[in-house]
Parts: sequence; C-alpha cells; structure tokens
Amino acid sequence: MGPFIEVLIAGLMAGVLYSLVALGFVLIFKASGVFNFAQGAMVLFAALSFVRLMEFLQNTFAPILLSLAITIVIMIVLALLVERLVLRPLVNQPPISLFMATLGIAYFLDGLGQSIWGSDIYTLDVGIPKEPLLLFESVFEDGILVSSEDLVAALVAGVLVAGLAVFFQRTRIGRALRAVADDHQAAQSVGIPLNYIWVIVWTVAGLVALVAGIIWGSKLGVQFSLSLIALKALPVLILGGFESVLGAIIGGLIIGAGEKLSETYLGPLIGGGIEYWFAYVLALAFLLFRPQGLFGEVHIDRV
Amino acid sequence: MNANDSGRILLSVKNIEVIYDHVILVLKGVSLDVPDGRIVALLGANGAGKSTTLKAISNLLRAERGDVTKGSIIFDDERIDQLNPSLVVKRGIVQVMEGRHCFAHLTVEENLLTGAFTRGAARASIAEDLEKVYSYFPRLKLRRSSLAGYTSGGEQQMTAVGRALMARPRMILLDEPSMGLAPQIVEEIFGIVEDLNEKEKVSFLLAEQNTSVALRHADYGYILENGRVVMDGPANDLANNEDVKEFYLGISTAGRKSFRDSKHYRRRKRWLA
Repeated sequence: MGPFIEVLIAGLMAGVLYSLVALGFVLIFKASGVFNFAQGAMVLFAALSFVRLMEFLQNTFAPILLSLAITIVIMIVLALLVERLVLRPLVNQPPISLFMATLGIAYFLDGLGQSIWGSDIYTLDVGIPKEPLLLFESVFEDGILVSSEDLVAALVAGVLVAGLAVFFQRTRIGRALRAVADDHQAAQSVGIPLNYIWVIVWTVAGLVALVAGIIWGSKLGVQFSLSLIALKALPVLILGGFESVLGAIIGGLIIGAGEKLSETYLGPLIGGGIEYWFAYVLALAFLLFRPQGLFGEVHIDRV
Repeated sequence: MNANDSGRILLSVKNIEVIYDHVILVLKGVSLDVPDGRIVALLGANGAGKSTTLKAISNLLRAERGDVTKGSIIFDDERIDQLNPSLVVKRGIVQVMEGRHCFAHLTVEENLLTGAFTRGAARASIAEDLEKVYSYFPRLKLRRSSLAGYTSGGEQQMTAVGRALMARPRMILLDEPSMGLAPQIVEEIFGIVEDLNEKEKVSFLLAEQNTSVALRHADYGYILENGRVVMDGPANDLANNEDVKEFYLGISTAGRKSFRDSKHYRRRKRWLA
C-alpha cells in the first residue's frame, strides 16, 4: 500500500503543476473565447524575467521580492500591450483569427524573452526546501516519501485557486468577467467595458503564468522547454473542460496521477514510456466520448 | 399632446444614416425626439431599422460592424454618437436588447448586480436599488438565486429590465419586449414600464412589432419603414389612423378582410419618402 500511495501523491503533485498552466488558458478562454496559445510562452517569459532580475538584484536587500514586484509590473504591461496592439484591432473577427494572433504572440514572446534575458538554462532558487519528507511512518511500514518542493507547489496552487474562486464569485470585477464570458454584447449593453476586462484577464493569466513559471523553473531550471509545457496543459483542458477553473485543477490531478501510476504499474509490462503519451491518449478518449470534458459548461438552451 | 411641445427634449436623433460593413445602408436619415419623462414607441415591420436605431443610440452598433455615417445623436444637450457603450451607460442610457440577453450562467441577483457595474463600488446605494427592483418585480425576488438561463421568458425579460434599472438610467431603450411572451406577461411588463416611467421618471424609447400594445402604452409613436420614418404622431392619433389600422393593427373599415382578398400590390402599402 505504501508505495502505491507514494506514487499517487507524486503524481498528484505533478498534476498540480499541469493545472497551474491550464488555469491560465481557462481564464482567457472564459472571458474572451480565445484559446490563448501564448500561455506557455508567457510562463517562459515570466520565469525568465524573474530569474534574470533576481540575478541583477542579488545584492539588494530583498532580491526575491523586488524581482517578483518588477515581474508583476512587466506582466501587467504585457497585458496592456496585448489588448492595445492585438485584441483591440481584431475585435469582431472570427475566433480563428484571434487564435492565430495568439500563435504570433507566442513566437514573439519566446524570441523577445530570450533575446532580452538570454537563452541559457538558469537555475532558480527561491528558497523552496528540496529535501524529501518522510510522512506517516507509523501507518505504513516504510513511511511515505514526499518531495517537499511538490508540497509547496501544491500549497501555492491551492491558495491561488482559492483566491481566484473568491475573485470570480464575490467581487464586482469577477462578476463582470463572468458576465462577459456569458454574453459579450449584453455585457456591453450594461456598460461593462470590454477593453478593461481583457486587460484584467490577461493580467491575471500573466500572474498565473508567473507562479507556474517560478514553480516549474525551480524544479527544472528556467529554460526554453518551459514554453512547451503548454502542450501538457492541452489534454488537461480537454479532460476538465475549457471553461472550468475546477476542471483545470481536477483534470491536472487526474492526468498527473494517471501518468505516474500507469508508468509504475503498467510500464514494466510494455516496456515503459507511458508517461509521455498517457495524457494525450486519455484526452483522445475524452474527445470521443465526452467532448465537453468533465466540467465543461453545459449550454443552457431554452426551447 | 405633441412630442415637440411637451417639455424638454431628452434625446434627439438627427437625420442619422447607418451603414453596416461599409456597404449595407440600413438607416437612410432617421430623426426622432424623446421628451423627458415620456414613453416613445418605434414601430415597424421586420428589417425596418428599429433595432438598428436603438443600437445606434447605445452605440452597440460598432460591435456588429455598423457605423453612424451621417447625422448626430444628442442626449441631454451633448453629442453621444462617438462615445463607447460604457460611457453611454454612464451618461444615463441603457439598452435592453432584443431577446433579453440575460447572463445565463449567473443567478438572477448576479444579473441585476452586473447592471450596477458603471456605478463602481457604492455598496449601500446598490443594495437599496436592488430592493427597489425587487419591489417592482416581486417574482424576481423569489427566483433570485436560480440561474437566469433556467428562468422563464417573462422572468428573463424582467431580469433584463431590472438589470438596466440598476444603472440608474434616465432613459431605457427597450428592444422588442414582447418577443415570444404570452399576452398576459406582455401586459404585465408594459404595465411595469408605465409604472417605472411614472414613479422613477425614466424615459423610454421602445421598439416594438406589437403595434397595438405599444400604442396603448406609449405617448408618442414613430413608424419606420425601410430605414426611414414614414409617419409620426401622438399614440392616440396613430392608433386611429386608417392606414396604421389597416397595415399594422389588421383592422379596416370593411371589417376583417382575408389576406387573399386584397390585391397583391395593396397588401403592403409603402409610404414613399
């Protein structure tokens, strides 16, 4: 029992990280119906900015906090620029045009980030403890080994999600965001300015990208491959549903746990490597049998 | 009573021309006035340009690639035709769109609260107005926590009007409030419109295909055909006009006539303007 739970927990923790990236997609998709291909690039850009700023500011009194603050400002400016230069001129265009535009943003950000900040692999150390913890020694014979890094990541993700939930459900702006997601035109008719809402969602998505970037970066090092974790978020979204914050979380957990468990228990039977395709095959099965995902929005139609 | 001599003109649309997608001319010079505190009806068949006129005023037109290319729209002595929709709402004009357009995945109460978006975070006065809306629409209070998408058509129309009220408008543009509703509900809604007009001093410009109901509740009416105003006058005069009776109310001097009996070219009379 012990090893099984250990693998399960490791998988869930990895899943939390997928969820974080998927969250950024969900936010923008909900509020503007745009599938933001640039989310992965935003993760890379935020992480690169953060890690390099930390290097430049290492002799100041609080390098982590300072570079965090500056990176947040950078992500806000980025959101403003995206709204002004990309979304506003493309208003009323079909979704595919907007999707193509985010592809452009993705490549632009990848290039810009690496030419400003450099394209090496940078180690990021924000002081997350690295040594694994041994838990429940009294319950299971060998105890359960949990990476404390993953534990911190899960905690941060939990706080972030709770914060977003409160923001969406309880605040005036959050309500306006949901209203825009439901019906653009009606939102405009009651005086909700779309441009302002777009800046806000892109900012929030930018901040989620920053958190994801910091956590992934301190695990794997900040490098170009961060930009590709967006690909792992795709099956998470298909599983959880594109419009659901909760879906992004649960989808991430299922894929993380499924990946690790099947690798450990089925891997030896077929020679391993399941981890690399498990998520995509699961997503394919979902597309066939439940295309709206687990928590995708049910369309309310009156007849 | 005449629109031109009964008090101050709150909204004045002057000879506007609207073009969609740079090529499709929809309004060919529409002018109309809404005096402060009145209910004005905009009548006409499908495609006459009623909704387009309302959207030109609220400036929701831009989202459909429409543009006001000529003329001007003046509200409270200021031009508003270049303002974005959010600023128009701030000035005091809110549109209730055709087909209700409630936020389906928000509760009724949340729908109402989104209406107060432009008022910022004035919690106390917003809560007060929420109660006021519930006093006009008691049925909404019962349904306050159900998702708007699952409420009935009448309740959705009430939600949409209530949501507009939450912005504390001086004027509401009401597009086709009777659409798809039972006659009884239509009467109820028009009754509330009159109530709001009287007690809250909200002026209304309503676009309606149901000519008889609209003329019964409005003070003044304009008839649109093919993007032009072809006739206007006090509601009573319009209701008694022979042509209006025949073509919009379906009553003629000879009693009820079969559609087949009238000559083809007479079936649809056009006022040439």
